[in-house]
Amino acid sequence: MSAEPNVTVAAAPPVAALPTRRQQSSMARAFRNPGVILGGVVILIMIALGAAAPFLGTINPIEPHTSGRNRPPGGEVTVRDDDGKPMKIVYRLGSDNLGRDVYSRVLYGARISIFVGITVAVVSVFAGLIIGLFSGYIRWLDPIVMRLMDGLMAIPAILLAIALVSLFRAGIGAVILAITIPEIPRVVRLVRSVVLSVREEPYVEAAITTGTPMLKLLWRHILPNTVAPMIVQGTFICASAILVEAILSFLGIGIPPETPTWGNVMAAGKDVFYLFPHNIFYPAIMLAVTVLAVNMLGDGLRDTLDPKLAKRV
Amino acid sequence: MFAFIIRRLIATIPVMLVVAVFVFLMLRLTPSDPAAIIAGDNATAEQVADIRGKLGLNEPILTQFFIWGAKTLRGDLGESFFFKKTVAELISDRIEPTLSLSFFTIVLAVLVAVPLGVLAAKKHGSWIDRIVMGFSVLGFSVPVFVVGYSLIYIFASELRWFPTTGYKRLHDGAGNWAYYLILPTLTLSVVYIALIARMTRTSMLEVLSEDYVRTARAKGQIERKVLFRHALRNAAVPIVTVIGLGIALLIGGVVVTESVYSIPGLGRLTVEAVLARDFPVIQAVILMFSFVYVLINLLVDLVYSILDPRIRY
Repeated sequence: MSAEPNVTVAAAPPVAALPTRRQQSSMARAFRNPGVILGGVVILIMIALGAAAPFLGTINPIEPHTSGRNRPPGGEVTVRDDDGKPMKIVYRLGSDNLGRDVYSRVLYGARISIFVGITVAVVSVFAGLIIGLFSGYIRWLDPIVMRLMDGLMAIPAILLAIALVSLFRAGIGAVILAITIPEIPRVVRLVRSVVLSVREEPYVEAAITTGTPMLKLLWRHILPNTVAPMIVQGTFICASAILVEAILSFLGIGIPPETPTWGNVMAAGKDVFYLFPHNIFYPAIMLAVTVLAVNMLGDGLRDTLDPKLAKRV
Repeated sequence: MFAFIIRRLIATIPVMLVVAVFVFLMLRLTPSDPAAIIAGDNATAEQVADIRGKLGLNEPILTQFFIWGAKTLRGDLGESFFFKKTVAELISDRIEPTLSLSFFTIVLAVLVAVPLGVLAAKKHGSWIDRIVMGFSVLGFSVPVFVVGYSLIYIFASELRWFPTTGYKRLHDGAGNWAYYLILPTLTLSVVYIALIARMTRTSMLEVLSEDYVRTARAKGQIERKVLFRHALRNAAVPIVTVIGLGIALLIGGVVVTESVYSIPGLGRLTVEAVLARDFPVIQAVILMFSFVYVLINLLVDLVYSILDPRIRY
């Protein structure tokens, strides 16, 4: 830093330039981290598998075939298609208790898992940011919000999610909401701790003294400090959301059972598990690999973007 | 110390109040009418109205809250819609398996995870460290039920060392009771071990670079005592904290593990209650688990001063 000639700093616009430069360099470091690279590549592969599912030799993942129930991997069945012509189905990864193709269901399941994971991460980070920014900055609001968050955090996360899904009709929206709400207090706490530590900084005090309106102050001077911890936290939330969605589906209280999700495939297979472990085995591998990849991405991002996070939470 | 206990006890009141308000509102905010659920599908409008009156659903909401709160504090948790028993009876029927499973899991996890974490910190950067850390990341990424089914497949289905599922009551013989709990305990402890081992390693790494550890080694103290008496004692506070916070993870795991192994405990009861929309049971279970969680973390706070005499209240 000290080696840089003053001219460069002076020539750049005073407010925006410094943080941007620093973020770029830590971003560049993040993209060289092995965990970030490996995790990111695996996640991209999963997204590609889900997106390209219709072109990867899959059949309709929802349609049952009563004559092809519980086939082992590689099993075949001949069914009549809509026109009455015979059609051969090869169950690459076996079929479930309704004769649905596990291979197709697992590939289409990647869509739901990743969609739920990313949506929950984005929504809970966004909601937590807004609540945390205001709670950390407005002194009278802080104790009220924090007591509320403490109360929500006293209910174990999965239990709270289970309670919330019981309130709504089963569906992907209800599941997303039920997984999001337990995550919000954790984000709020993190944002608030950043706000509290930044609020005493000279540049924030200077901004207050010069009469910067509150919203502008939060947006320009405080929000940028939360970006790195929020990216890291969002990644971990994504991993845990994918797990919780699978758990809810597996318990039979999540997304409706005909929808292809990894949890639903496993739920359909749990009663015949001893004879046909493929129902649990393949979705479990996809699930574990995906969550592992997201966690590795999170660990890598934390080490490079925000080394202090581990201690702050 | 006594004043501190009182202060901490008082501090839990607002937290439990928030939980209570949430649990109370659950039943009132649900789109479905609880009276209609109890009455069943064939009930007439008068029968539903009659049940509404009996439940006190026609009173103002604040009155309802105080009536419900007073009953709950007296231990009257209402009557189950579905099981046609009082909720208190249901819980006392189901509590033994859950307590047994949780107890074994906590003991096993602490006995395995703490030495593993100490070892990983001592051999920082070695292959032992890598294995422990790898296991810990894996433990967070593989869902509980996948661990459960893998263990059932290997040790019950293939090797036939253990029963696949089920639970034997303690008063029918302690041997069988413990035997049936071995696989469920192993299943549930994986994620808990991952959590505690990781925190032990981090905390020990910090302490091992302290001067007093070097002094202890310099005076010729044997390594085992350096690690467990000098270092671990000073590293204990974050470890105990994470054991307390991990109870939330454990409670979520109990719900899943009991479903995988068909153990008739509180976790299974929760899932059954959600499937049947049996709100009094869901409410009671959430209140109870949250209360236990808060209480354990209160105990953890008290343990700090025993572990580290420098902490005085």
